[in-house]
Amino acid sequence: MLDSPEFHELISRRWRMSLVLTAALFVVYYGFILLVATNKPLLSTPLGSATLGIVVGIAVILLSWALTAVYVVWANRHYDPAVKQLRDRLR
Amino acid sequence: MQSTLGAPTLSAIFFFLIIVGLTLAVTYWAARRTKSASEFFAAGRSVGAFQNGLALAGDYMSAASFLGIAGLVALSGYDGMIYATGWLVGWPALMFLIAEPLRNLGKFTFADVVAFRLRQAPVRVAAAIGGILTLIFYTIAQMVGAGNLVTLMFGIPYNVAVVVVGAVMLAYVLFGGMLATTWVQIIKAILLLFGVTLLTVLVLAEFRFSPGALYQAVSARYGAGALQPGGLVTDPVEAVSLGLALMLGLLGLPHILMRFYTVPDSRAARLSVVYATGFIGYFYLIIPIVGFGASALVGRDVILAMDRGGNMAAPLVAELLGGTPFLGFIAAVAFATILAVVAGLTLAGASALSHDIFLHVIRKGGASEHEQVRVAKIATVIFGVVTVLLGVLFKGQNVAFMVGLAFAVAASANFPPLLLSIVWKRFNTAGAVASILTGATLSVGLIALSPTVLVDLLGFKAAIFPLRNPAIVSMTAAFVAGALASLLTHEPRAEALFSDEKLRVYLGVGAE
Repeated sequence: MLDSPEFHELISRRWRMSLVLTAALFVVYYGFILLVATNKPLLSTPLGSATLGIVVGIAVILLSWALTAVYVVWANRHYDPAVKQLRDRLR
Repeated sequence: MQSTLGAPTLSAIFFFLIIVGLTLAVTYWAARRTKSASEFFAAGRSVGAFQNGLALAGDYMSAASFLGIAGLVALSGYDGMIYATGWLVGWPALMFLIAEPLRNLGKFTFADVVAFRLRQAPVRVAAAIGGILTLIFYTIAQMVGAGNLVTLMFGIPYNVAVVVVGAVMLAYVLFGGMLATTWVQIIKAILLLFGVTLLTVLVLAEFRFSPGALYQAVSARYGAGALQPGGLVTDPVEAVSLGLALMLGLLGLPHILMRFYTVPDSRAARLSVVYATGFIGYFYLIIPIVGFGASALVGRDVILAMDRGGNMAAPLVAELLGGTPFLGFIAAVAFATILAVVAGLTLAGASALSHDIFLHVIRKGGASEHEQVRVAKIATVIFGVVTVLLGVLFKGQNVAFMVGLAFAVAASANFPPLLLSIVWKRFNTAGAVASILTGATLSVGLIALSPTVLVDLLGFKAAIFPLRNPAIVSMTAAFVAGALASLLTHEPRAEALFSDEKLRVYLGVGAE
């Protein structure tokens, strides 16, 4: 099992997915924080009766949800069946 | 505005007694199902993903986030929203990096994962130091907050409030173990989500259900600045450092991590993070509406007059819109929130003392089931008494920074060895001990030298270390120390066991 190419492929696909999503989360959140720190006038732009900052803040929460959803759908559709196949082979 | 806040009203006492009665009944039920160590620490791994999602949300949504963020938004406007987003973003990271390996590798504590293929004694002792430091700082903030809140809302003396919180939560943990603690979290999470939802609907109803009209009312009263970023986040390095502690600290909180052992498998662990992220995100989306509503309807002057920290913003707007009964309900929910969070912390502390130190260090893994449960209960009492003593000892102190400190220690001492032990074959005992001790010493030491302690608390003119949150330095140093110590030493056994670990992490072979 440890030498099987399928097992190696499974591990590298899992971490590729995790790292891409973690990177996206970092860009979204630290992008937001750094924007607050460095460009307050932009986030103060009025947008209707709210401001751009309020909309971006809400978007950070919605994007966190979206990234979580991407991971769990991927894991349920692709990771779990692959794990099951490999486990069956171990038996 | 006349307020009954600060006096024990009939409705507050009524809701308080109902909540305590209900949770103690659950504890009685759970006590009869809690015999073995796995039942005491992990509810027999019988908790469903949806239930665990609610329980995780219950553990995480403390009184500080409910009353504190509503107050921050009410008093400072937009800056409070920046905080709210920071509290959520750890959850997706927890899902992507830690949740499933943690569930597959461990038994009761996160130290199980770090120590999986390493030498037990040194790693367990170091991990217990990191874990217990995190829990103690978190507990101090909760207990002092609890004493102050109960005094403010019910008019009960501080020390009495602290002892009541300690006694009730001790009953949950001691008799009902993880099963009771889980259901207390679930009840509290449902009550809190329901209470805040109702509060949000009542606020929005005042503005014909238009958030735009609410924002307009806020800026008409307090100027456009209330909807714009203010002075909270200005230095980019400081902002990123605080962000790192908030985000990655979650991945090192022992009382959160131990919840993943209550579900049957890694798939349920994954799904419980989805539910938790949903509930917590929803909570942080609507909490700012309550804060803005308090500022527009109650007014900042009234909120400030009640409590300088703004903590009474949500209770005051509840009283204005729903009368004394609704205030009583919200006050009782805030109290239940504190009880539940402290119970979770105590159970995590007891598991570090009994599972990590007693079983694996003192007894080298050999103790009967009966003895493990007995020691776990003794450890629970020890941790519970320490909790009450800390609450009394820190009375009147400014402990707001303690939560930040807990997250900084968690991100620096607990998260780096956890991640390295999962992904890096060469990681070994020397690396684990070095990274934990470096992270713990630096995070605590640098906060002691920071403006928060030296300038704000002790009144010096300048601080030695410039950042208020040290995570960017202390966490990086913990990773570097872990890597260097591992590369400088050899532990063939740890490397050989990495294959077993991989089978267990990715396929769940041999998982508890």
